[in-house]
Amino acid sequence: MSELEVRSTVTVEAAARPLPRVGTVLAGLFVVFLAVAVIWPGLIAPYGPDAIAPRDAFQPPSAAHWFGTDESGRDIYSRVIWGTATSLLIGVTATAIGLSLGLLLGAIGGLGGRALDFAVGRVNEVLFAFPGLLLALLVIVLYGPGPVTATIAVGLSTAPGYARIIQGELRGIRSSGFVEAARVLGHSPSRIIRRHILPNALAPIAVLATLGVGQAIVWASALSYLGLGAQPPAPEWGAMLSAGRTYITTAWWMTVFPGLMIVLTTIATTVLGRAITSRRGGVR
Amino acid sequence: MTDVAAPRDPVLDVRGLEVSFGTGRVRRAVVQGLDLRIAAGQCVAIVGESGSGKSVTARSLLGLAGADAAVRADRLDVGGTGMLRAGEREWRRLRGVGVGLVLQDALVSLDPLRTIGREIGDALRLHRRMPAAAARARVLELLELVGMPDPAGAIDRRSGELSGGMRQRALIASAIALDPPLLIADEPTTALDVGVQARVLALLAEARDRGTGILLISHDLAVVSALADRIIVLDDGLVVEEGPTTEVITSPRHPTTRALVAAVPTEVPRGHPLTLVDRSNALVSRPVTASAPREIVLEGRALTKTFTTRGTPTLAVDDVSFSLERGRTLGLVGESGSGKTTVARLMLAIAAPDSGEVLLGGSAWSSLPERERRPLRPRIGAIYQDALGSFDPRWTVERILRDALGPAATGTEVVDLLEQVRLAPDAAARHPLTLSGGQRQRVSIARALAEAPEILVCDEPVSALDTTVQARVLDLLDELQRERGLSLLFISHDLGVVRHMSDTVAVMRHGRIVEHGDAESVFTDPQHEYTRSLIADAPRLRSLG
Amino acid sequence: MGSAVRRTLGRLAGALFVLWAVATLTFFAIHLVPGDPAQAILGGPGSQASQEALDRVRADYGLDQPLLVQYFAMLGRLVTGNLGDSYALRMPVAELIGGQLAGTVVLALLALLVAWLLAIGLALWSTAPGRVSRAVAQGVELTAASLPQFWLATVLIAVFSTALGWLPAVSTGTPTGLVLPVITLAVPLAGFLAQLMREHLLIALEQPFALSARARGESATGIRLRHALRHAALPGINLSGWAVGYLISGAVVVETIFARPGLGRTLLRAVELRDVPVVLGVVLLVALVYVVMTFVTDALSRVADPRLRQEARP
Repeated sequence: MSELEVRSTVTVEAAARPLPRVGTVLAGLFVVFLAVAVIWPGLIAPYGPDAIAPRDAFQPPSAAHWFGTDESGRDIYSRVIWGTATSLLIGVTATAIGLSLGLLLGAIGGLGGRALDFAVGRVNEVLFAFPGLLLALLVIVLYGPGPVTATIAVGLSTAPGYARIIQGELRGIRSSGFVEAARVLGHSPSRIIRRHILPNALAPIAVLATLGVGQAIVWASALSYLGLGAQPPAPEWGAMLSAGRTYITTAWWMTVFPGLMIVLTTIATTVLGRAITSRRGGVR
Repeated sequence: MTDVAAPRDPVLDVRGLEVSFGTGRVRRAVVQGLDLRIAAGQCVAIVGESGSGKSVTARSLLGLAGADAAVRADRLDVGGTGMLRAGEREWRRLRGVGVGLVLQDALVSLDPLRTIGREIGDALRLHRRMPAAAARARVLELLELVGMPDPAGAIDRRSGELSGGMRQRALIASAIALDPPLLIADEPTTALDVGVQARVLALLAEARDRGTGILLISHDLAVVSALADRIIVLDDGLVVEEGPTTEVITSPRHPTTRALVAAVPTEVPRGHPLTLVDRSNALVSRPVTASAPREIVLEGRALTKTFTTRGTPTLAVDDVSFSLERGRTLGLVGESGSGKTTVARLMLAIAAPDSGEVLLGGSAWSSLPERERRPLRPRIGAIYQDALGSFDPRWTVERILRDALGPAATGTEVVDLLEQVRLAPDAAARHPLTLSGGQRQRVSIARALAEAPEILVCDEPVSALDTTVQARVLDLLDELQRERGLSLLFISHDLGVVRHMSDTVAVMRHGRIVEHGDAESVFTDPQHEYTRSLIADAPRLRSLG
Repeated sequence: MGSAVRRTLGRLAGALFVLWAVATLTFFAIHLVPGDPAQAILGGPGSQASQEALDRVRADYGLDQPLLVQYFAMLGRLVTGNLGDSYALRMPVAELIGGQLAGTVVLALLALLVAWLLAIGLALWSTAPGRVSRAVAQGVELTAASLPQFWLATVLIAVFSTALGWLPAVSTGTPTGLVLPVITLAVPLAGFLAQLMREHLLIALEQPFALSARARGESATGIRLRHALRHAALPGINLSGWAVGYLISGAVVVETIFARPGLGRTLLRAVELRDVPVVLGVVLLVALVYVVMTFVTDALSRVADPRLRQEARP
């Protein structure tokens, strides 16, 4: 008698893969919009990023200028679109830097022996004592302000967080039942790492990266806002915010719209990151 | 064991209970047309496999079936109150007062962050608005009633700080705090050690004798038979059999009931199947005794293993020696925390002993460097309690088996393996997550067989399974042993299972083997007091025991 | 008891190690980088200071000594609480920072408190029955967590100061001046904490003990308040040490925007002027606060979760 005939209607599969929700669809659409803004900004931006029109300075949002204009009469909406590439590039690069360093540290701690686990744990503890922007500010004090330094600085300051999560993830997989089962089967450590540990750690790392981009953009633009990252005439979201700061009482749109792009980007990446997690089932 | 002749008011009277889940057109009925009547001082049991609708029934009687459940009935009197058209308010007034609930393991059924005093006092606080001092006095009384040693000391402790038996008492005390006329016990003994299990059943029996009506829910007929006056057998939401306990057990009519009766391993001799289907060829069993001394395939010599948690060392395995003979089964039995699993890990050389040695086929095993041991590993396979956790979550059954078979594996080899563990070929494409517990354990056996081992280490392989599913897995292991001459190290906390499976038995307690010998003689004439208490506490079908 | 003492000593040693490592790391990072501190002291690269002036400054600040000597001199000073003199302001760093510390710590702790209150409210709301209200609450949590502090501050000023005139845009010493900075810091953190708590609330509500409690007559709200909330608070408490660090670093932005004196603004100015001793001092101080907060949250966790207190199960 076959066990499959005894009980064949298990519906876990159907439950684990629900239809994408409205939020996920919207987030996806927004990411597509961002992609277009990066690849072909001219397609959706009515003006050039630096098209000055002094006569149109400080126009509030209107049909001609959806997000209004700045002190030189440049169209904020167009500048936001043109700035997407720089802002995203900074965010993605910073995330890549942070994730690579985190991966390196995490892998040493997570795949090495107990001594390495301990050592990486201590290193992480020290790095955590430079919370938030502090490490980034330290890097800037050393190498001077600018978009490149700011990107590296943000990458560095996110690394310890990634390292800790990745290390924990790898440790968890290492002590899992299926890794023990593979050892009992007589598989070599390198085969176990290749076939089980790395592939299973990959998906959570991908999610981390997705969630991280939004945060990296927020941090990098905070540095720009403080005048330590990308500098004002550049159409970068943080720099635009910084420029608008002076006119906050008279031209709120100069600050609100670039900021809104940052918020929406962060929300979209978070929603997508979560959607990936829940699609994977979230159960091990 | 009063058969319901007394004219007492029923504490539970349910007619035509129907529970379904889902929304709109896609509704799935999980309980259909259930009639249930329990008088004061009576115990009625609902028995069935998981998924048969038992637990949903219990929750429906508390108004806790969930927001997406639709509960309908012709009559629904719980604890003497008609609840047919009750709202959440009425239900809340009933819960704890008219009906109490006992779930399984108190470690998870009592809030681990609150003291048991507060947990037990909850019902008093919610329904009686008792002053704190009076509530505390009542809680102490209740703890006394359930036989808690040192109630004054225990009242301010949390479930995690108490031993298994003590926290189970606390759980029952919390359910009977307001002396409800009806007590629902949903799998109250599952996953508990036999000793604790026996005490829980005794406590429920006491409550019954005080006049409480009890609805007992379990997948295990043996547990139920010790307590219930009547048994209802549920299959896929339908009542397939109902009657007085003795009648149901001695002359089951429905196939489901018969399967449940047959699946209780305690009294079934070694080599006889636990499933009904092939009872006919049951006598094609092994030669029961092998007089000739057999070759020893796996041996542990004076093994010791200490674990250090937060500076305090605990001796998990203490001077353990035993040997496993070719083609035979060594059963290792003991309660949770006795060191059984550590022994399994030492045998598999996944952990190294502090002192002592494990020999495989008479030559060095635990003392070899891992590099030299690896080529020998195919000789010894393993199956685990958590079969699902032992599979890479990304892999299908086919991938899992191919990985074990090696790079040259063909599709037919995979199908062959599945065949050997009685799984259909289409299981290959499935994900373990979508399989049932029994199917998963079969896949795990297939994986172990892939490398054609001589020895199979089975660590609690059936303790997460329903009895009927357990019976099928045990029968499979038995058949495979006969076909392939496998030697089994069979580890379980369940005495009945070990007795049914083993040629020789070792009883473990606190890391030591307290009794060791031929299975029949250990079970019929136990020498150690601990073994005797284990045997006395093991649930068995009442009519046979 | 013995093990408790041992654990405390162990943690203390760990804390000292972190502080030492932070000081060492910062010191060498700063000194291995090209650039002449003496130039910085004399007003930066553009100041065209004379060679004598540079030499004098080097001798004054001990910059002519070998690096290791300077390092040990710094460690020696640190032990006595001396953080050196600011290059730019020519005053002891300890004095400079000491005056700013209180304002920032008050701001951070107030923000932490408000964030917790908001997070508890949000988490309870987003797990309350009702599909629509749950979705709305989750959206609020997500948005709150995604708000950059500097943007939130700007918007708050635009609405509550400029448009409505209810609250001052400049954070003076008055309590009303604290409202906007505290909200700015608290809201994103609250969103983050609320998401964390919601996740753990839902996990706790799935546990058998929740069903047991319902079966005793506990209401759906009572379950969340008396049982699940405590379970859900544990991971948040654990993260509160990190959160204070996050808030202090957020103070850099917030103090700048609201023109509020404090550690953050001091740090930013020092960064702009490359005033190394001040940066070093602030970094060390923040590390100290972080270490102390980790201690506190560890103790709080042990109060909230008795399971951490037992050494081994009987």
